Amino acid sequence: MQFGIFTVGDVTADPTTGRTPTEHERIMAMVAIAQKAEEVGLDVFATGEHHNPPFVPSSPTTMLGFIAARTSTLLLSTATTLITTNDPVKIAEDYAMLQHLAEGRVDLMMGRGNTGPVYPWFGQDIRQGINLAVENYALLRRLWREEVVDWEGQFRTPLQGFTSTPRPLDDVPPFVWHGSIRSPEIAEQAAYYGDGFFANHIFWPKEHFMRLIEFYRERFAHYGHGTAEQAIVGLGGQVFIRKNSQDAVREFRPYFDNAPVYGHGPSLEDFTDQTPLSVGSPQEIIDKTLTFRQHFGDYQRQLFLMDHAGLPLKTVLEQLDLLGEEVVPVLRRELEAMRPASVPAAPTHASLLAAKIAAERSAGSADAETLVP
Amino acid sequence: MTRLMVVSAGLSQPSSTRLLGERLADATRSSIEAGGGTVAVEVVDLRDLAHDVVNNVLTGFPAPALARVLEQIAAAQALIAVTPIFNASYSGLFKSFFDVLTPDSLRGKPVLIGATGGSQRHSLALEHAVRPLFSYLRAVVVPTSVYAASSDWGTADGSSALAERIDRAGAELADLVTRMAPTAATGPVDPFANPPSFLDLLGR
Repeated sequence: MQFGIFTVGDVTADPTTGRTPTEHERIMAMVAIAQKAEEVGLDVFATGEHHNPPFVPSSPTTMLGFIAARTSTLLLSTATTLITTNDPVKIAEDYAMLQHLAEGRVDLMMGRGNTGPVYPWFGQDIRQGINLAVENYALLRRLWREEVVDWEGQFRTPLQGFTSTPRPLDDVPPFVWHGSIRSPEIAEQAAYYGDGFFANHIFWPKEHFMRLIEFYRERFAHYGHGTAEQAIVGLGGQVFIRKNSQDAVREFRPYFDNAPVYGHGPSLEDFTDQTPLSVGSPQEIIDKTLTFRQHFGDYQRQLFLMDHAGLPLKTVLEQLDLLGEEVVPVLRRELEAMRPASVPAAPTHASLLAAKIAAERSAGSADAETLVP
Repeated sequence: MTRLMVVSAGLSQPSSTRLLGERLADATRSSIEAGGGTVAVEVVDLRDLAHDVVNNVLTGFPAPALARVLEQIAAAQALIAVTPIFNASYSGLFKSFFDVLTPDSLRGKPVLIGATGGSQRHSLALEHAVRPLFSYLRAVVVPTSVYAASSDWGTADGSSALAERIDRAGAELADLVTRMAPTAATGPVDPFANPPSFLDLLGR
């Protein structure tokens, strides 16, 4: 089971002081948060990709490359990479390069973006969103798996004799997750390829996502990648932790009340009842997070949103200390104890490389056997 | 058994808008029962759900009490929707409620529309504002809409024009519901019921 954090990279005023960080401060805060994540024993740091204010992370591989140089075990990921508006050739190149620099500590989560206008900024049309995601990803897979690619599609200049460089590290492409909050097509895409499926379920009630994940699991089995229970599932989470529950609620309330997504709407108490948000003591966070497994089955990756809504860096770092020291170790122990041996962990570069070597060996020995008279 | 929902956007208590909705429901019930059918009526005051409606606009999902009402509407065979007329149109609460309704909930569903107002001069708001809203939602709106101004509720000369309109509209709704095959109102589409084949998406 992997635990980590994902960040939107929003520049938001701190509602308790009225102060808005500069873009530079926010970017360097994201780096400090990533380093802290490794220090407190988390496994994954994932950055969003946005091309409009008030968000800063428009260039994820630049940031992740910088973080890669300052960390040694942290797995670097995205939440999400825009498979619709980025050129799949550039994604193939950028993330293969990052994979080399990070010694394989890289995977990606594909998404379609959260704002309509981003499509025309990059010469695309939102009405083609699903088709772009399907065609671009199919090309990306080939670029990472085939040395020389001839390709022609609907949305991009044809390729003749094209080789994407550098080749993926050890000829093992990065593992890919697909993120979606409502589209069966994207769950279907993840299932078809045997890729991971990530449901960022933090802003809505669980029932909606239970159906989506159940569908992904069914289709994963349908396409022969394993049983439904063996499908690779990731979930979002959103927490605010203090030793005492009342302190957590008191401190987080002004950030909740003014948060960009749900602020000025339901009360903190109602939203906590209705969504995965948990605000309270470490034990309360643990109890609520453990319910995710009951609703969605054994899963492989849990990412928490920790640094949004104008929370100052100091607070976020304190939150990560509590998450890493008091919450995640318990979750790790409990969830691992409950996970059947047949349910795999999330693929990593090391596990994918080992699987590739084993497959080549067995193919090689099969060849050798056929040579024996 | 016909399940009939009444949605009232009336704000005062007691509310003449709710009263109109109940009278329309009574007329519909009498007409269906005269034909040998039975009716279960459920009345919802949007006032009680006002905060939930706004929260749904902001968060994109309904709180439990609102979710129950949205499910009831999707499951009902007919709807009576009544609103006060504010500034020459439906009230903001009425519109916001139908803005958060589950898409396709009203597709093919018989609907009777009614409105109240201080002056008879706004009666056509039903035709230029309320009826197009339900046409957009692909509901089947009965021909008679019922507008009740303050003066309609009781005049010195004892005119029964409002009662006659209510009876006519109720009979039209009853007639439509009775004639409609139970499966005709299709309701919300389950996106997982007929998922796309990925090979089709790939164009192979």
